[in-house]
Amino acid sequence: MRHLLSTRDLTRDQAIEILDTADRMAEVGQQSVKKLPALRGRTVVNLFFEDSTRTRISFESAAKRLSADVINFSAKGSSVSKGESLKDTAQTLMAMDADAVVIRHGTSGAPQRLATAGWIDAAVLNAGDGKHEHPTQALLDAMTLRQHRAALAGEETTGTGLDGMHVVIVGDILHSRVARSNMWLLTTLGARVTFVAPPTLMPVGVEHWPADVVFDLDTALARDPDAVMLLRVQRERMHAAFFPSEAEYARLWGLTPERLAALDAAGATTAIMHPGPMNRGLEISSAAADSPRSTVLRQVSNGVAVRMACLYLLLTGAR
Amino acid sequence: MSRKNTADTDPQDPGEISGTTRRILSAADIDRALTRVAHEILESNKGPQDLVLLGIPRRGFPLAQRLADKLAAIDDFDPSTSLGQMDVTMYRDDLRRGPSRVPWPTVMPARGVDDATVVLVDDVLYSGRTIRSALDALTELGRPAVVRLAVLVDRGHRELPIRADFVGKNLPTSSREKVRVRLAEIDSPAAAELGLRGAAEATPQDRERYDEVVIEG
Repeated sequence: MRHLLSTRDLTRDQAIEILDTADRMAEVGQQSVKKLPALRGRTVVNLFFEDSTRTRISFESAAKRLSADVINFSAKGSSVSKGESLKDTAQTLMAMDADAVVIRHGTSGAPQRLATAGWIDAAVLNAGDGKHEHPTQALLDAMTLRQHRAALAGEETTGTGLDGMHVVIVGDILHSRVARSNMWLLTTLGARVTFVAPPTLMPVGVEHWPADVVFDLDTALARDPDAVMLLRVQRERMHAAFFPSEAEYARLWGLTPERLAALDAAGATTAIMHPGPMNRGLEISSAAADSPRSTVLRQVSNGVAVRMACLYLLLTGAR
Repeated sequence: MSRKNTADTDPQDPGEISGTTRRILSAADIDRALTRVAHEILESNKGPQDLVLLGIPRRGFPLAQRLADKLAAIDDFDPSTSLGQMDVTMYRDDLRRGPSRVPWPTVMPARGVDDATVVLVDDVLYSGRTIRSALDALTELGRPAVVRLAVLVDRGHRELPIRADFVGKNLPTSSREKVRVRLAEIDSPAAAELGLRGAAEATPQDRERYDEVVIEG
């Protein structure tokens, strides 16, 4: 692996290799010295053209736990706001000898361009590009799902896929790079994905994707999924009238206390996942977010481990 | 097969095997060597007090398990609190050569390593670079009182000032040769079926069938 641009390109073996490595990285958090020397003297640049707190912090702490040097670069207050192009920004960073560039960009395909245009010689990690992909989020979700199943079955996670698992992804599929990355990765690992959304938030051509499409959340939940993943309603992208009101969205597509109670009554083992940041009371009720089913905080800590694994696997080994 | 081959980088590398394979240790030889090493460890530590065994993946760990069983049989040693596995991948000096390595699990002994006599256990001592990484990894886990090294085979050709305290078999080799250690827990067909990441329980019959140390080339 030279770059991590999308989960669609990952083979099952590569994905499992990343997840197994991430399991080991998670153990570092329990050591007395929470640092590994593997990337000492290497430089990781966080190049963020879109706002992000948790992904950037997660990548930053992952790089630091591997002893890499981190340079943070956000578009606001930089020369990008003066009109510098992606190419010039990238080449400036290369002149500082970056070994890896973690890029988030509002335009789909920007990481691909950076990786293949020949401007730079560093490993490129996609930290979210437009409506395309967010591969490390999907990997941390897969890691969380793997742990969820292993904990229920009392088994080891190492070396396993997600075969036979069923994951329901609810919300703004149209704009969500998280949904896309998860769909490719989870199906590669053997899981089944069901998308649930209002018809206005379902992309055109969704029937060509390896996912079931359901328009009613209760129908999907009645199928006893292993996990339900609520996507954030991205207010910054809601420029058109995709649904009549937030109250209606919460009632029809949100994980309300009533739906949570129905899961409990059915004795389901369904985990509740959310990529964060949560809009409590909109796509997820506080009762659901704080319930024992919720894996939200585990997803955050798995995020650091997964990003450590990706940086480690991309930056070691002979070129 | 041991990754302590000539290249010492790629476990999958079949290398140039020129045909001749000599069996150096049989299952019974390995068992006798481990029994002697177990007694030597107890002798040098003057008993089992504060003794901790740390196996280095992959084959160092089954060897550490076997040593722990022997120590428990001879003296008052408790493997459930004093046996662990320590991965050294992240501390290696060759991470930028060869393919990326997926790390193995580190399992700390329940008593920890602080103020203990830690015996590192590995299958083959060759360049000494694995042990160098192990010493670095160990400092991150705690501060042992004493660190010792036990290996099944010492094949020479050290590249660092490191020596073993307990040696199952000293084996003069040419650096063109490869030393392969096979242990039932990892190299039996049942273990192979568990895949690269697995290790199987091994019965005495399995050990009799699959344990061996050979020199190739």
